[in-house]
Amino acid sequence: MTLMIDTLVQHPSRGRLIWHYLRRNKSLTVGLLIMLGLVVFTLAGFLIIDARDAYPLSAAPRKAPSWKYPFGTDFFGRNLLAAMVVGMWQTAAIGLLAGAIGTLIGVFLGFISAYFGGWTDSIIKNICLILTPIPVLLIQVVVAGSIDKRSVTILMMAMIIVMLGWMGTTLVVRSQVLTMKERQFVAVAKLSGMSSFGIIFKEIMPNLLPFIAAAFVVQVFSAVFASFYLAVLGLGPLREPLLGNLIWAAQGQGAFFNGWWWWPLAPAIAMVLILGSLALVNMGLDELANPRVRRTE
Amino acid sequence: MFLRLIAKRLLFLLLVVWSAATIVFFVPRISQTNPIRERFAELARTGGFSPADLEKIIESYSKQFGLEKPLIEQYWVYMGQIVRFDFGISLNRYPSTVIELIMQAIPWTLALLLVTTILSFIIGNLLGALAAWPRAPGWVRAVATPFILLTGVPPVIMGVLLLFFIAFRLKLLPLGGAYSIGRVPDWNDFGFWLDLLKHQLLPGLALVLGSVGGWVLSMRGMGITIQGEDYVTFAEHKGLTAGRIFRDYYLRNTLLPQATGLALALGTVVTNAIVLEGIFGLPGIGTALNNAIRANDFPVIYGIVLFITAAVATVMMLMEFIYPLLDPRVRET
Repeated sequence: MTLMIDTLVQHPSRGRLIWHYLRRNKSLTVGLLIMLGLVVFTLAGFLIIDARDAYPLSAAPRKAPSWKYPFGTDFFGRNLLAAMVVGMWQTAAIGLLAGAIGTLIGVFLGFISAYFGGWTDSIIKNICLILTPIPVLLIQVVVAGSIDKRSVTILMMAMIIVMLGWMGTTLVVRSQVLTMKERQFVAVAKLSGMSSFGIIFKEIMPNLLPFIAAAFVVQVFSAVFASFYLAVLGLGPLREPLLGNLIWAAQGQGAFFNGWWWWPLAPAIAMVLILGSLALVNMGLDELANPRVRRTE
Repeated sequence: MFLRLIAKRLLFLLLVVWSAATIVFFVPRISQTNPIRERFAELARTGGFSPADLEKIIESYSKQFGLEKPLIEQYWVYMGQIVRFDFGISLNRYPSTVIELIMQAIPWTLALLLVTTILSFIIGNLLGALAAWPRAPGWVRAVATPFILLTGVPPVIMGVLLLFFIAFRLKLLPLGGAYSIGRVPDWNDFGFWLDLLKHQLLPGLALVLGSVGGWVLSMRGMGITIQGEDYVTFAEHKGLTAGRIFRDYYLRNTLLPQATGLALALGTVVTNAIVLEGIFGLPGIGTALNNAIRANDFPVIYGIVLFITAAVATVMMLMEFIYPLLDPRVRET
């Protein structure tokens, strides 16, 4: 009988369902499209340019955009097209790395806090609450400032950002697990003698995945943001063509005063696209994870 | 009851400042770099003195800052100093103390922050509330949408873009600085004030444009929820005027959550202003921090960081005391 119904009702294919969903969830679609564009730009860029051109003394300095240098060159003789490609890749690396580690820490602590409760919960929760009002960037400034600037690497940058970037995810996961813990399917699993380890991974985790995905995007967003701000303050790996470093260098050399308008403009626009796409994807995922946010428009 | 709340909040504030101070104290010491060596090695590279002198300078500075004592003793001394708002002496602008430098810079930052935060809070909330309101004129939504799209753009980048389009291309406003180069600050001169305003306009605009969207977004969301509430329907049936419903039913009920949002956003707002000041070369606390970073002036970096953290945490706490004024329900419990 069920077999007959299955054959009678035409199930739309998975691809078609996703396509329909993407058409409805516009912010997710637009965000993903911009992101895809940036990835293509970076990948294609690596095929066209020589990564060494992203470093000083590789091109004629202070050239306005032309066919030879589409984004121009800066005061130090960097080909800005190459610098953008490498910088974009490095920004992505920092964002994904710091985002992944931050999410892992947050999910781990949030789970432990909510699932075991008691004094474990109150310690973790209170540490999060106390650290949250501290403007994170300033602490990152202290950390980044006390490291020898000549030896800072991309990996170190990500670590500095993660150090104080896990509280948000911890609190979100904690509150989600707390509500989930009270649901009936968890009670059933407990009564049937499942271990707490099994309940966490087999029962709660799958239901949390959309929230974790959304938390991950938020983490990547704030990591990109933080690394950008640190670099704008001159606290990044100064040799690398990070997007923030380009703006820092341009500002230090008075780019606008000297008429080299293209120098800070390209990294600024790239940053708008990166952060904008992340924000849009985040909004889209929010709608996916949290149906109550879905608006009836 | 109220006293207990105050005591609890004060304890929390103390914990926040204490943990920030502890992080600022221990993290640089774990990283094994000697800030004084960093600073003078930098100076030695640009010429000036021999390596032998360098060691002597480092030794005498270490003694002056008490760096040769055991760590735990240093920590006590440091905590004692912080309680007295003594953040030490600037290495770069010796013999100015750090607190002197902060006090010189803080009025600039405070003025910029106050004006832009209040402006964007009011504009954003009004726009958001109107955008959610079915009886609002159509142009409101047309104005609100671009602001929402701008939410993802950090004010710093907004600053760079504004500099390019308005200051560089159109030459409408100056490219940076607090006032025209060569002008002597004269607070009684109206022309000076005008000049000042002209220079503050772009950074202010960057901050406002960057933060209005967030308020529009959260306010609109709340407005949509309130529309479905029974008390709004009831008010409509009572025949209250649209303006009255908007003011006393919409705005009144969103006041508390939005004020909470303002307190929570404070850290971000301050951070944005600090980084932005560097881009525009304004003489505020951000530029002081920027200069300190460029010159490896560690006491100033640590002092500014602690000062701002304490200030943000304090203002957050004070805002919590305003809640009872905004919400009668909080007052009664």
